[in-house]
Amino acid sequence: MKSTLYVSAVAFGLAGVFAASAAEARDTIQIAGSSTVLPFASIVAEEFGNFFPEFNTPVVGSGGSGGGLRQFCEGVGENTIDIANSSRQIREAEIEVCNRNGVSDIREVMFGYDGIVFATRTDRGSFELTPEDVYRAIGAHGEDGPNTATNWNEISENHPDQRIMMAIPASNHGTREVFEEAVVLPGCQAVHGEDAEDEMCLELRQDVIIEIVGDYTETLARLNADNDAMGVFGLSFFDQNRDTLQVATVNGVEPTLETIAQGEYPVSRPLYFYVKGEHIGVIPGIEEYVEFFMSEGVNGPGGVLEAAGLIPAPREEIEANLEEFRSGGAAN
Amino acid sequence: MAEIDKSGQSAMIDQADERRHIIRQGLGRRRRNEAIFRSLGLAAALSAFGFVVVLFGNIVASGLPAFWQVNIETEVTFDPEVVNIEERPVLQPGQSVAEYRREDLAWQRRVSLANWNALIEAAIRQHAPDSDVDTRSILSIVDPNARFVLRDMVIENPGIVGETVPIRLLGSANADNWIKGTIDRSLPDHRQQLSPEARALADALHEEGVMRMRFASHLFTNVDSRVAPASAGLAGAFMGSLYMMLIVIVLAVPIGVASAIYLEEFAPQNRLTDLIEVNINNLAAVPSIVFGLLGAAVFINVFGLPLSAPLAGGLVLTLMTLPTIIIATRSSLRAVPPSLRQAALGLGASHTQMVFHHVLPVTYPGILTASILGVAQALGETAPLLLIGMNAFVANIPTSPLDQSTALPVQIFLWQGNENRNFFEPRTFATIIVLLGLMLSLNALAIYLRSRFEKRK
Repeated sequence: MKSTLYVSAVAFGLAGVFAASAAEARDTIQIAGSSTVLPFASIVAEEFGNFFPEFNTPVVGSGGSGGGLRQFCEGVGENTIDIANSSRQIREAEIEVCNRNGVSDIREVMFGYDGIVFATRTDRGSFELTPEDVYRAIGAHGEDGPNTATNWNEISENHPDQRIMMAIPASNHGTREVFEEAVVLPGCQAVHGEDAEDEMCLELRQDVIIEIVGDYTETLARLNADNDAMGVFGLSFFDQNRDTLQVATVNGVEPTLETIAQGEYPVSRPLYFYVKGEHIGVIPGIEEYVEFFMSEGVNGPGGVLEAAGLIPAPREEIEANLEEFRSGGAAN
Repeated sequence: MAEIDKSGQSAMIDQADERRHIIRQGLGRRRRNEAIFRSLGLAAALSAFGFVVVLFGNIVASGLPAFWQVNIETEVTFDPEVVNIEERPVLQPGQSVAEYRREDLAWQRRVSLANWNALIEAAIRQHAPDSDVDTRSILSIVDPNARFVLRDMVIENPGIVGETVPIRLLGSANADNWIKGTIDRSLPDHRQQLSPEARALADALHEEGVMRMRFASHLFTNVDSRVAPASAGLAGAFMGSLYMMLIVIVLAVPIGVASAIYLEEFAPQNRLTDLIEVNINNLAAVPSIVFGLLGAAVFINVFGLPLSAPLAGGLVLTLMTLPTIIIATRSSLRAVPPSLRQAALGLGASHTQMVFHHVLPVTYPGILTASILGVAQALGETAPLLLIGMNAFVANIPTSPLDQSTALPVQIFLWQGNENRNFFEPRTFATIIVLLGLMLSLNALAIYLRSRFEKRK
């Protein structure tokens, strides 16, 4: 009986110690958000930990751009994240939520570009796409009545005789927004005229699209389950899996680091991270992390991020963004 | 009379024959039924076994190759031209410790910035003297964290500068894929990850014996890595899981056993205890993801526990394990024969003495098994941990339950999503093998302890 008492006394003692030490300051930067930015941010975090022995390696979580910004805007304090990664710009509504919860010093840093590519399995035909063709394949409305195309060669003779099926990111991903703005809307306007309603354009055929909530590995698994499917990937993911995937050209341009950097390839988007100004000086190392992220060796030509598939922003732009960050420029 | 007797006898014999006949017929049917049932049962057991064999076979066959990785065994010369660093600062008299620390950290950073890759390049080049392979190709077959291996050697022993030492470096993930053939070796250049020169170099080094397979012990000692996938390991995830298990053992076992004893032995039978009982039973059936949501809402948002920390994870898993332990403990208490209680009470023991001196010792094996199985279940739980931010990339080994960390099952989830599929698919299975090994040893411990306690009784 005595031993049981001892055990429970120790248990409650330990619980007390945990609860007490929970109030201690956090000294590791906490980051969450876009799964497109995650590989880049993780690489920077790891290098940061290796080059700055005085700081802990930042922790990088996922959850999609929307999920990251939601956590970011939950408030100020040690149990909220310090930096949100995002593959799209923060929205007005999100800034409002942030402000309401006391986060008013939101510092936006744009650090580079990522290409969005269309890829199929290597054992299927190769594609030369245009936004118009993509819209004709998956848009809900054809020129006369509902869209009923079943195979790619019905849309254009250039395409192989392959069933239409596309695995596209779900709306929790920032990639979806870019896909809609750079592909679906231009395609829709090409089909229905310049003044086509956005709402009508964004209606997609649910029978030929698969919405991917998870990451690109899930998209790849879909392609392996349905060999005819075409997947939407980030350039860096495609690059690491070029043994099983082949990429489609868009408007005749093949997506590469160069064509995206020069703006020839049409479907690319800027990548951002948002820093909570209130946490600078409270959580150690945030400023150093941002400066390190934007330094030449990390985010420059030949840097570690370029090797991982990021298209670094031009140096002047990076300097301007950094300057704005230092001076505390808010996102709004 | 005798005739009647006789006919009566023969009638009886007829009847008996008939009965025997019926019985024999029935017997045949019964035996047949029994045989059918037996064979069905055997088939069920065999197919269950077959599924297990297929599952384990698949996991082991896919995961085992990941325990061996390409290593490069060579000699590195710490060229003083390249590693041009001043002496490490020492604590000067009159200098404050904080100032010394700052100087020392600055020195460490300067050491980090030396061109370590140049040393690696020179070391590899001595094995291929006539080849004009470019720097990028050479470095692409070596694990990127090799530079920090060299740096740490110098920081540990600055006297090494100027010497040539034998060293074992990891090959890069892509080199590993190429040598193992996990990437199709017949694919054309533009589908390969390594340049043709790098592939030729890797093959040449492999033939020479410079590049060879070694047991990947770093899988157990290193933390996760994105920069250098080849050197990524499970140490961080393992420590995270360990902390969570400790919290579960420290909290769930005493609370669970105590509440089971109270409910079974002391509680009066009334509405309140009925309500508690029904709720505990219901709690056992709640899906684990719900506990994750609860954990995020209560432990993190209300109590302000740190995100991604084993403390919050351990508390969530404690909640999840509690009902399992309570229910199992109660059923083993209920299985104690009433005679034991009556004997104790008859000899004048108090109620508490009866419970702790007579009933509880008999139930130790049951309680122990329940606790270990509950902990093993918690060890493999993933869903609730994803909701409290434990699926983050963490490159530190947590030093306390308050540090951010991942857990073994979450590491499986994370590696499953890594973009270098060829390298991480076997790795994911290797992690599953490690996790299964831990589970099996926990279960074996439960069986061992149970049989030990039963013998002592």
